[in-house]
Amino acid sequence: MITFDAVSKHYRGQTVAVDKLSLTAPSGKLTIFVGPSGCGKTTSLRMVNRLIAPSSGRILLDGEPTDTMDVAVLRRKIGYVIQNAGLFPHRTVAQNIATTARLNGTPKDQALRIAHELLERVGLSSAFANRYPWQLSGGQQQRVGVARALASDPKFMLMDEPFSAVDPVVRGQLQDEFLRLQRDIGKTIIMVTHDIDEALKLGDQVVVLRTGGTLAQVATPQELLARPADDFVADFIGRDRGYRVLGFAEFAKGGVPLGAEPTATLGATPETLRQIATDRWVLVADSMNRPLGWADVDSVKGPLRDGDLNLSGTLAVEGSSLRHVLDAALSSPSGRGVIVGQSGELMGTVTLSHVAEAIEAARTGRMGTQP
Amino acid sequence: MIAWFSDPTHWTGSDGVFALVIQHLIYSGVALFFACLIGLPIGLYVGHTGRGVVLIAGLANALRSLPSLGLIVLLVILFGPVFTSDMAFIVPSIIVLVLLAVPPIMSGTYAGVAAVDPAAVDAARGMGKRPLDILFDVELPCALPLIFSGLRSATLQIISTATIAAYVSLGGLGRLIIDGRAQNDYYQMAAGAVLVGALALLVDLAIGILSRLTVSPGLTRRL
Amino acid sequence: MRFDWLYRESGRIAELFLWHLGLSVIPVVIGLLLALPLGWLAQRAGFFRSTLLGAAGLLYTIPSLALFVLLPLVLGTRILDPMNVVVALTVYALALLVRTVSDGLESVPPDVIQAANAMGYRRLPRLFVVELPLAVPVIAAGLRVAVVSNVSIVSVAALIGTPQLGLLFTQGLQLRFLTPIIAGIVLCVLLAALLDGLVLFAAKRMTPWQPGGAER
Repeated sequence: MITFDAVSKHYRGQTVAVDKLSLTAPSGKLTIFVGPSGCGKTTSLRMVNRLIAPSSGRILLDGEPTDTMDVAVLRRKIGYVIQNAGLFPHRTVAQNIATTARLNGTPKDQALRIAHELLERVGLSSAFANRYPWQLSGGQQQRVGVARALASDPKFMLMDEPFSAVDPVVRGQLQDEFLRLQRDIGKTIIMVTHDIDEALKLGDQVVVLRTGGTLAQVATPQELLARPADDFVADFIGRDRGYRVLGFAEFAKGGVPLGAEPTATLGATPETLRQIATDRWVLVADSMNRPLGWADVDSVKGPLRDGDLNLSGTLAVEGSSLRHVLDAALSSPSGRGVIVGQSGELMGTVTLSHVAEAIEAARTGRMGTQP
Repeated sequence: MIAWFSDPTHWTGSDGVFALVIQHLIYSGVALFFACLIGLPIGLYVGHTGRGVVLIAGLANALRSLPSLGLIVLLVILFGPVFTSDMAFIVPSIIVLVLLAVPPIMSGTYAGVAAVDPAAVDAARGMGKRPLDILFDVELPCALPLIFSGLRSATLQIISTATIAAYVSLGGLGRLIIDGRAQNDYYQMAAGAVLVGALALLVDLAIGILSRLTVSPGLTRRL
Repeated sequence: MRFDWLYRESGRIAELFLWHLGLSVIPVVIGLLLALPLGWLAQRAGFFRSTLLGAAGLLYTIPSLALFVLLPLVLGTRILDPMNVVVALTVYALALLVRTVSDGLESVPPDVIQAANAMGYRRLPRLFVVELPLAVPVIAAGLRVAVVSNVSIVSVAALIGTPQLGLLFTQGLQLRFLTPIIAGIVLCVLLAALLDGLVLFAAKRMTPWQPGGAER
């Protein structure tokens, strides 16, 4: 548990970066600080490990005030991950990861063993151990940065925009992997981001700060979307928050009925396609029954080729949120959303009206549970 | 000139090539040692704290424009009466050599430390490294390539100026050039010039090898 | 300081000053004219880059006095010929400036070059209209170093007898007389500051787009 007790930061008595911030980041949970630039989110984070000294107020780790601790000892208790990873360019990947373990007194060979274990844990093969940071992509460097913070097995972690320096595809992967990792390790984490989507996706608790360093709202992502505290928060969360609510797990259990979908394979003749078809569109799958795309029966002239396929439809993985299911239905040329299993095999299709019913059911269910 | 080099009497003895090379190296080494002793800590301090940047940049510029020969001659006349024996020209010469070598070492070290990725330093601080550990484990090793390039120009400057100091009787390979000029022996001058050039190239090469051995391949990006 | 001596010798000192000025400036001008095409080549082609910059580094390593003495062997000049000094200093200036020009052209943002290409500039007009003007700050910085160190190196040529302010140093030592030495040092530093300021001024006039540059 990390507690902020009326913490303020002024610079030269003039500008206020953080104004009497009081909140608690609960143990084992991921708390996200989010807000526009100048809201003091990074300053607040850096006051936890005293890279910045608070002007007034106290920060406590599990009830223990940090201002009386030796600053280096305090920092060694807390994992620290920053935007550009900040790897030591003159050390190999394994040496980089081992640094924090060494700082906490772990013997060298044991620290290197930990480093190798963590490398696999963050999704890098052990072939990376003896490479230098410049030989790694931005996403790989960031994984090493996370591994380095974990090597001393700290109870607490601070992450300052850890995924914002990589491209959106890699960012999505890193976020997913990090969520999985956090489910295993259950650290008490404070993360800073300017990206509200990232906050809503990753956070157990989201802290919205406004310019001038005052607290706007502390809530779970669902609450934040459902009941923003004021205009500022509502505005910050953005326009399509109604649609975003569909992304949360509680909707996934809504259960949309799956319809069986006949499939054709590449090479099928127009006659075969017309026999299979229930309407203008036929779903085409490969030999492992993985969907490839939709074929338009009316326009196929010869044996079915790759180039005949319409690829506009997205696939929703079974058990994923209604947001993905709805998107699959909306984007499919046939109006039937394709649902696949974990390994990509076809499970069936859903219709737009069934999805809408499920959303309606989930919505009333959610409203019903409100106090 | 080949005849000059193939005469064995030119190589041995107290004013032979071997003795002169050794003298040249000793004076240069002593000057380099003191220049490092002054330049490295100042460069590290300025790079680490960011204080005094303008001062050392101005100092480096001012010292570069001082004519080395004028400085040596000036100090010999000023200090000459203070010392008896050879120290009368050795001390002033060494002072000038140090004076000329400090700026490149200082600027190289400063530039090297200042160029260290601030994210790496922030990470080091955030994980709980103490200031001196950050300096010696992170900043210094990362600054080594630029420190070596400063060291390189300082050394060349020293070897070059030590040659000139032969004019005020300092030993070393400059003797062959200065004495050759006095005796109107062009071949001896040319031999001295060739030897000084070769010495400079060899020392430069040695520093290059040393830097290759000590700078992490993570920085040179060589595999 | 014996000002009466300075006054008496002012004619000769002025002559030495002019010699010093010429020996400092001419090699840098020639060096720059040669370095522009060579630096351009070095920046463009990988092979030229390593060869040219390697050769430049090697030349820069040779101590000045050694170069002054060795050049007569190469040029067939007499040891006292000022041509040796001009050539030697040109070599130094060239060695320094080839790298500077190449670094300067390297410093031009690739976006700008792409934009120029997209507008339809051919290679040479692009070099003169876009790349070289943008490389001026880096080239000027190298030019300042070259000019200032040249002023200092020129005085070394006194040891082989070429006329310039360095002769005041050798004369001072022979006479054990401080006045010419101090006068020489002061004039050298003044000359260096003057030439340095001149390059700085010219560079600012050529780069009004730079923060702190000349306004028009």
